[in-house]
Amino acid sequence: MAISEQDKAIIKALQEDFPLCEEPYKILAQRVGISEEEFLRRVKELVDEKKIRKMGAVLRHREVGFNANALCAWQVSPDKIDDAAQVMSSHAAVSHCYDRTPAPNWNYNLYTMIHAKTRDECEKIIGELSSLTGITNYKILYTKREWKKTGMKYFCETT
Amino acid sequence: MTRLTTFDKALLNLLQGSIPICSHPFAELADRLGTDEGTVLARLRELKAAGFLRRIGTFFDSNRLGYQGTLVALKVEPQALDAVAQAVNRYPGATHNYEREGTYNLWFTLLTPNAEYESNILAEIRSLRGVEDMLKLKANKKYKINVQFKLQ
Repeated sequence: MAISEQDKAIIKALQEDFPLCEEPYKILAQRVGISEEEFLRRVKELVDEKKIRKMGAVLRHREVGFNANALCAWQVSPDKIDDAAQVMSSHAAVSHCYDRTPAPNWNYNLYTMIHAKTRDECEKIIGELSSLTGITNYKILYTKREWKKTGMKYFCETT
Repeated sequence: MTRLTTFDKALLNLLQGSIPICSHPFAELADRLGTDEGTVLARLRELKAAGFLRRIGTFFDSNRLGYQGTLVALKVEPQALDAVAQAVNRYPGATHNYEREGTYNLWFTLLTPNAEYESNILAEIRSLRGVEDMLKLKANKKYKINVQFKLQ
């Protein structure tokens, strides 16, 4: 699955902060050295190819009032994981839901990020998810401190 | 701190969904909000300066760009936690790094272009002073990635 050099240049332009100006794509196209039309055409294709998941904004959730954020790790029997993940994904408070291979002495295989305004609300949501899915073995891992949250810079490895 | 107005909330809810892919994307958003391009851009710059927006831009599917990702949990001695967290932060592929409550007290995600790259980085981190245990939790399937906060 090779990514062309031109696509890499387009991806590098897009992964920087989106210019807040009237014609942002024209500026990004100039950085790549192609026309705005060609740039827009290729961006739409990258969306169709699902290489781009979203163009948009991510808010700082604490600033907009979401103060209780937890990673919840669930232990689900493998034959039930697909159904449980569908139920959890459909909940608006769940931003991420991943099936992961557990580790020795750590048998949790389904991971959800849950965002709420208070811990009470967060635990109420987790209780709902537990009763909806029948999963009773889980661990709530509250965020104590954010050390880093950035977008990935692709194709910038030095080695 | 700046208070979010009804207009701000409508704008941010729309912008979290998507930026139009066209020559004048902010004019198109302004149309949907019943205002003009200049108003949308001016307010977005203010909201960004006030810290409400973490990022405006493009979010890629890392697997489809040829990258692999894992979640890593570390059990770190409390007195070494700050130093270990800062060391993890220095890897560009460590995009999310959180201190959490519990035995495993530092959790980060790592994106790398190949398995060798990943195992080298994880070996370096495992050998940091104060790291007592490491869990590597590889994703098998991503059911949902959608960070949207509906503002009311």
